[in-house]
Amino acid sequence: MKNENQQAESREIVISVRNLNVSFGDLSVLKGINLDVYKGENFVVLGRSGSGKSVLIKTIAGLIKPDEGIVNVLGLEVDKLPVNELQKLRLRLGFIFQSSALYDSMTIRENLEFSLIRNFKHMTTKEVLRAVEEVLDAVGLREKINVMPADLSGGQIKRIGIARTLILRPEILLYDEPTAGLDPITCTEINQLINEVQGKYNTTSIIITHDLTCAKTTGNRIAMLQDGNFIRLGSFAEVFDQSDSRVKDFYDYNFIQ
Amino acid sequence: MKRSKEFVFTRRIDAFFQDVLNIHRFITRFFKELFRRPFEFKETIHQCYVVGVKSLLLISLTGFVIGIVFTKQSRPPLVSFGAASWLPSLIGIAFVRAIGPLVTALIAAGKVGSNIGAELGSMKVTEQIDAMDMSAVNPFKYLVVTRVVATTVMLPILMLYCTFVGMMGSYFNVHANELTSLTTYFQSAFSSVSFLDVWSAVIRSFFYGFTIAIVGSYRGFNATNGTQGVGKAANRAVVFSMFLIFAEELVAVQITNWIHGL
Repeated sequence: MKNENQQAESREIVISVRNLNVSFGDLSVLKGINLDVYKGENFVVLGRSGSGKSVLIKTIAGLIKPDEGIVNVLGLEVDKLPVNELQKLRLRLGFIFQSSALYDSMTIRENLEFSLIRNFKHMTTKEVLRAVEEVLDAVGLREKINVMPADLSGGQIKRIGIARTLILRPEILLYDEPTAGLDPITCTEINQLINEVQGKYNTTSIIITHDLTCAKTTGNRIAMLQDGNFIRLGSFAEVFDQSDSRVKDFYDYNFIQ
Repeated sequence: MKRSKEFVFTRRIDAFFQDVLNIHRFITRFFKELFRRPFEFKETIHQCYVVGVKSLLLISLTGFVIGIVFTKQSRPPLVSFGAASWLPSLIGIAFVRAIGPLVTALIAAGKVGSNIGAELGSMKVTEQIDAMDMSAVNPFKYLVVTRVVATTVMLPILMLYCTFVGMMGSYFNVHANELTSLTTYFQSAFSSVSFLDVWSAVIRSFFYGFTIAIVGSYRGFNATNGTQGVGKAANRAVVFSMFLIFAEELVAVQITNWIHGL
């Protein structure tokens, strides 16, 4: 354990959160969160619905302004960045939304091209198409290139959401409930894909979920969020050591489900 | 907990002024983004097509029917005064000064304004706008600036088209009764219309177009509460832009009359 801690300390921190407080009106959602995410790891944030998991990654992505605290991503303080600098940072930071948020008026090809042709103007049409085909191959959906998002299944939509993010070659991926609303077999496929992406593209990820299988399969480290703060942090075995009634309830509920 | 009437009232006043401030910020941001690179020409042209071409059928039908109805209703009082020959002039003045700009603006508020409000509202609640932000693409520029520019440019063109179609509808009625030729009808109709009338209508339409698109975009961009919020955004976009169009029309009439020296 001590050795692991020493190893962790020697690794590069890519996301650092200190004393993060976020509230909406009178409702305090995050209460003094502290977090370090190391380069190349999959960090899972577990918690019940409404515990503030999505708020945490949206704050890290700069989509929500914190009331207090410091959010540092790749050495840059997110909430202090001017708009153009924030846009540059977002090219290195991918966000996979719970609903995938595909542009429903565009085909899959247009969805994937959209950010590429606007951010890399020097790319030729052939290069853009090659990049699109490459990420579609990575998620196993090349044949869907000219299909509209409405014609895809839930699992395929999740995969295209991941592909749309991967096309910009981000260093960090933020997954918001990647397996929500999917059947167990598709969940397993998505979990495998998350691990494949980590291996192939050498990305650092924060994965928000309440699915224990997803957490166990994909997470290098896991944190349990409850009432606006982390109550447990460590490996899957360390978090679910069954001595804490709060995590035991969560474990039992998932197991029964 | 039961809230007192005073509390609800002050909260509404608070919300109203907050809305005014937010709209002011939204418009300021529009002008800042308008002149900042990159320019989304392709999307702006596409929006011009959506606003212009896709509204043609409705504008044609409404303008034509209003032309016929207005002429039919105006004829009896003019005939009783022995002034039936003034009918084309009356139609010309009415359409160029008031009916053309106002009818086009109200149709656009219903069709284009609600469309923008619902489309952006739906994109907002399904996180597509956040997704655009996360792809390092400025959603305000891509979604709002293009739609506002397209609507502002297309509305004067639609207004001129609506005025023409309305006058053609009127001509069919005039021709059926007096066998007037098209040339004579238009000469007579435009004899009382000044250059200032046409320019005033074009400039007013620019403002109406801007109003419709800004209000629709603002409501859509700030939609909340899922599908219910999308419906509310579309509804508010129409109601609020119609209210503003009437207010602008009142001001425009005062200014035009002042220039005319009336």
